Amino acid sequence: MIWSSIDPVAVILLIPGVSAFVLGVIPNYRVAAAFNALSALATFLAACALLFVKYPSGLYFLVDDLNVVFIVLNTFVAFTTSVFSMSYLPHEVETGRLTSFNLRFYHPMYQILLFAMNLALTANNIGLMWVAIEIATLTTVAMVGIYRTSEAIEAAWKYFILGSVGIALALFGTILVYMAAQPVIGEGIDGMVWTILIQRVGEFDPDLLNLAFVFLMLGYGTKVGLAPLHAWLPDAHAEGPTPISAVLSGLLLNVALYAVLRFKLLLDANTLAIAPGPLMATLGLVSLIFAAFMLYRRRDIKRLFAFSSIEHMGLIVFAFGIGGPLANFAGLLHMTMHSLTKSGIFFVVGHIAQAKGTQKIAEIRGLTTSHPWLGWSLVVGVFAIAGLPPLGVFMSEFLVVTSTFARSPVLALLVVFGLLVAFGALILRLQGMAFGTPSEGGKPSRASTAPIGAHFALVLLAGVYPPPPLVAWFQHVAAMLK
Amino acid sequence: MTGLSFDVSHLLAGALVLLSFTLLYQTRLYALINVYSAQSVVLSAVVAWQAFVQDAPHLYATAAIAFVFKAVAIPYALHRIVAGLGIARDVENVVGIGPTMLAGLALAALSVVVMLRIASEADSLAREDLAFALSVVLLGMLMMVVRRNAVSMVVGFMSLENGLILAAAGAKGMPLIVEMSVAFSVLVAITVIGVFLYGLNDQFNTVDAAALDRFQGDRR
Repeated sequence: MIWSSIDPVAVILLIPGVSAFVLGVIPNYRVAAAFNALSALATFLAACALLFVKYPSGLYFLVDDLNVVFIVLNTFVAFTTSVFSMSYLPHEVETGRLTSFNLRFYHPMYQILLFAMNLALTANNIGLMWVAIEIATLTTVAMVGIYRTSEAIEAAWKYFILGSVGIALALFGTILVYMAAQPVIGEGIDGMVWTILIQRVGEFDPDLLNLAFVFLMLGYGTKVGLAPLHAWLPDAHAEGPTPISAVLSGLLLNVALYAVLRFKLLLDANTLAIAPGPLMATLGLVSLIFAAFMLYRRRDIKRLFAFSSIEHMGLIVFAFGIGGPLANFAGLLHMTMHSLTKSGIFFVVGHIAQAKGTQKIAEIRGLTTSHPWLGWSLVVGVFAIAGLPPLGVFMSEFLVVTSTFARSPVLALLVVFGLLVAFGALILRLQGMAFGTPSEGGKPSRASTAPIGAHFALVLLAGVYPPPPLVAWFQHVAAMLK
Repeated sequence: MTGLSFDVSHLLAGALVLLSFTLLYQTRLYALINVYSAQSVVLSAVVAWQAFVQDAPHLYATAAIAFVFKAVAIPYALHRIVAGLGIARDVENVVGIGPTMLAGLALAALSVVVMLRIASEADSLAREDLAFALSVVLLGMLMMVVRRNAVSMVVGFMSLENGLILAAAGAKGMPLIVEMSVAFSVLVAITVIGVFLYGLNDQFNTVDAAALDRFQGDRR
């Protein structure tokens, strides 16, 4: 069959790569936005094909059961975000915040970002993975600064400086891993290939590996948005265009998390090296509790949900740090639920900010009366992210807490405490925004209902009745993660 | 490895760390850029020497790229920008020079202690190169912390990258990454110089990052 001879990894890299060039020459931004969505859909379909094709791993690329989950989720959210961006951008052009010239820059950048994320997720070579994450960082820096306001430039600058330092630390860690591998595996490319490293990691010098992991954890942890290193995240979310906030929260944080997980597997396989779990669990727990308290002080709606992303990434890293089949399963499920819910919320928030002409929480009131569809979507989204049943986030948070309780009741109590604090903050803010007398001003919105509906429906489905094949798949991956 | 080639590598890598310290106490912007340029020249010498010692011809290319871009092109562009913007030529420090140098000494000592103890299995040159590289990385980070001015933060970041290249060149037979990291540092420099410095200048008529603190979103 002709289809079987086509390399699906090449397809999911080539589609965004070629589209970036095509989009650069399309002058009409509406056509470009439609093409952008179409290309993202094609990438998503090609990624789905990876589920059915057995891919042989080579020196540069690898597809296994772990990264397929990330790739499919990533390409799906990238597709829905491009549909959302189709309805979001014309308004920005009409209000003069962006020109159609800006958009000729924006669309190619979006595709380059997708290319870089797919490259990072499929890379089997730790050097290639680093390069891909660096490209993703640089493109998002450029997109965060696209409004050219002082705030946007400040956000982009902060993101650039912190992101670059993080990425530099990660490179140092990558070099250290190679140094540890070189006496065992020998010189050359083999010393950077993950599938070769994992087979022989037991013979590596444990001290070098420990040091490497500290650098990698801090470096990629900056990109995940873990607590002491999170300062770039709220600014980048708040000042960039909303589709980029959705992509940052829903996708880029996961890509960095994926890198951390790959190196965690390496350390787990070396019995003499430190266990990476406690370090990850500590950083995760600190992020969770810190972000939960910070939620109370937010006055900007996009910043509010950016801090909520820090909170949830903290919980996910914590779950993987605890380890074991159940906690890993909970971590994977929570990552999926968080991606879907948070990007869905950013779609709603983007339309709200456009309809109200402001991002300030105090100036947004009574949405369920003035904009019923947006208002109730926000209510559903916040209920979901705050972890109310029967939505999917409740299920994954419940699993994280129960699996932690079995290991260490004190840690479980701390997690519950953090979640409750965050819950209080979110419901408090939601009440003001969704109910009461509508605030002055505002215009009817032309919201794109399909992406929002699709995300929340999936989250509801996962909470009520998780599809058995998905559960079996996640269980399998969780066992693989140890 | 013979005594001479070991000593030369040692000398050059040590010079790199020394220049990192020199960067820390510069008070004039032009001098800062010149010291960075000198550090990059030393870096390209380090990499070229490693290419000779390891008999790895691809490292010569890395050395040449480091020389052309980091030692010549970027410092030249930064000179032009500083002159063109007419910004204050003095470097503002958040922390005084004395405490900064002490912190730098502590960081260098830390990296030597950590690396020499840890990498006991690697050969002694690679180990000491790593210790020097870690010092350069940490000193670069220190510089980014203690400087307010956007140009000197960029210089701090680029000197940090010099440390990374030193580490990569010292790791025997390390594939790909050296060329890529050089290409990326160029890309990074272009991004910064092109987009942000002009952007910052449009907005504030200053390239002082402290002016940015006014825009801490939540507190406005």
